[in-house]
Amino acid sequence: MSGQASTGENEKRTPLYGSHVSLGGRMVPFAGYLLPVQYSGVIAEHMAVRARAGLFDVSHMGEVLLTGKDALANLQMLLSNDFRGMPDGRVRYSLMCNESGGVVDDLVVYRYGDEKYLLVVNAANRGKDVAWIRERLSGSVTMEDISDDIAQIALQGPASDAILRKLAPASGIPEKYYTFVDDVAVGGIKCLVSQTGYTGEKGYEFYLSNADAPLLWEKLLDAGADFGLVPAGLGARDTLRLEAGMPLYGHEMDDGVTPFEADLAFGVKMGKDGFIGKAALTGHENPQRKRAGLKITGKGIARGNETVYVDGEAVGRTTSGTHCPFLGYPVAMALIDQSGAQTGTAAEVDVRGRRIAAEVVPIPFYKRVKR
Amino acid sequence: MDFPSGLSYSKTHEWIQDIGGGAARIGITDYAQNELGDIVFVNLPETGDEASKGERIADVESVKAVSDIISPLSGVVKAVNKDVADNPESMNADPYGAWLIEISDISDHEELLSAEDYRAFCEEEG
Repeated sequence: MSGQASTGENEKRTPLYGSHVSLGGRMVPFAGYLLPVQYSGVIAEHMAVRARAGLFDVSHMGEVLLTGKDALANLQMLLSNDFRGMPDGRVRYSLMCNESGGVVDDLVVYRYGDEKYLLVVNAANRGKDVAWIRERLSGSVTMEDISDDIAQIALQGPASDAILRKLAPASGIPEKYYTFVDDVAVGGIKCLVSQTGYTGEKGYEFYLSNADAPLLWEKLLDAGADFGLVPAGLGARDTLRLEAGMPLYGHEMDDGVTPFEADLAFGVKMGKDGFIGKAALTGHENPQRKRAGLKITGKGIARGNETVYVDGEAVGRTTSGTHCPFLGYPVAMALIDQSGAQTGTAAEVDVRGRRIAAEVVPIPFYKRVKR
Repeated sequence: MDFPSGLSYSKTHEWIQDIGGGAARIGITDYAQNELGDIVFVNLPETGDEASKGERIADVESVKAVSDIISPLSGVVKAVNKDVADNPESMNADPYGAWLIEISDISDHEELLSAEDYRAFCEEEG
């Protein structure tokens, strides 16, 4: 056997580091933090989230506050989605594009009020994003990177409702997807609670002070014990998001891939006035290459950055792939030429010199049954 | 963690069982399967392929990543375990039962460790 992961010593610890170690989490470096890749096993954790519930430490995510009377105008300029008319308590996904239309980051925006927004950004992009935003802010607006003071915990899965109801008043539970309630006492601990997540299941995310995080983690695990709640690591987070067809920055998109290529047009409002990247994106709403789903039908597992062939011609590259524990077969996402992207097209992926059979399928690969 | 005493071990975490007649079976150790996590695919060589010590002979895919299996022996692939190819999770459940490859005409080998020395080696690796 070869190819062991190293354990870094320069990484930061989240406030839940001690909880992970005591639960037997296998700690690995990720985006500058030491986080658990798994506790009991990726497949068991993945299946628990699909059938019951899983608890994730996502404290590595970056949180940036934008406040002031020109906060909205700055968001409108910086981000591709439209934030006009957005009600308080809503969450909205957006891309932040560069002048060429490539993606600086993908993020979610929480609206507290007309003059206060919280941006939740990818951990690996936090420094880049903060510098990017700072250089471009104008008017009466203040940006504050509060990432180091904030912990984030995600409770995901069909049992998440019942678990949260044991700890929080009904008024503190956001009823709709992509909404949030601030200042909720969850087990007596003050949190922002949103109905959001990255697993394809119904779930909630909690933002709270670092100091309170270990206690909330413990209370959630206790409340979830009767429902089969398990702690889940980065491994399951990745297989769950991939099975649900959700993009990951640095894989499905980056500075050189446009939102249209990444099939994220829903997060781009070309009708709104000039946002950064709009000029470059104009006329490129139907790009030559686009994100497509691949079901691996041959023997093997496609990962990222592997060449995809249709009729023997290279048509693009995979962006990420894995074995899907719930579906029971491997899938990949790929950035491929539109000509080869029709559902049902037979394809091949070069996996370390071996071409394995695949078929173009719609994304998402997995869609939860709403209950 | 399990280190059966009747086997030899390589520093790349394969076990080797002498089956007589200049042939041996190899598989991955308990330590290896635990490091890899849930194994979902194994790519085995063909019968008749040449095995060269220190070189890749097979690879296994866990949910997380791919890892090479390094041949501890030089020789010829005499048989592969198709049951394990069909049920790769058996490498997690029973790493010493789930042999992968039988190698015959053994002409050379890597440095091999006893169970005791291999256990100490794994403890050093953490």
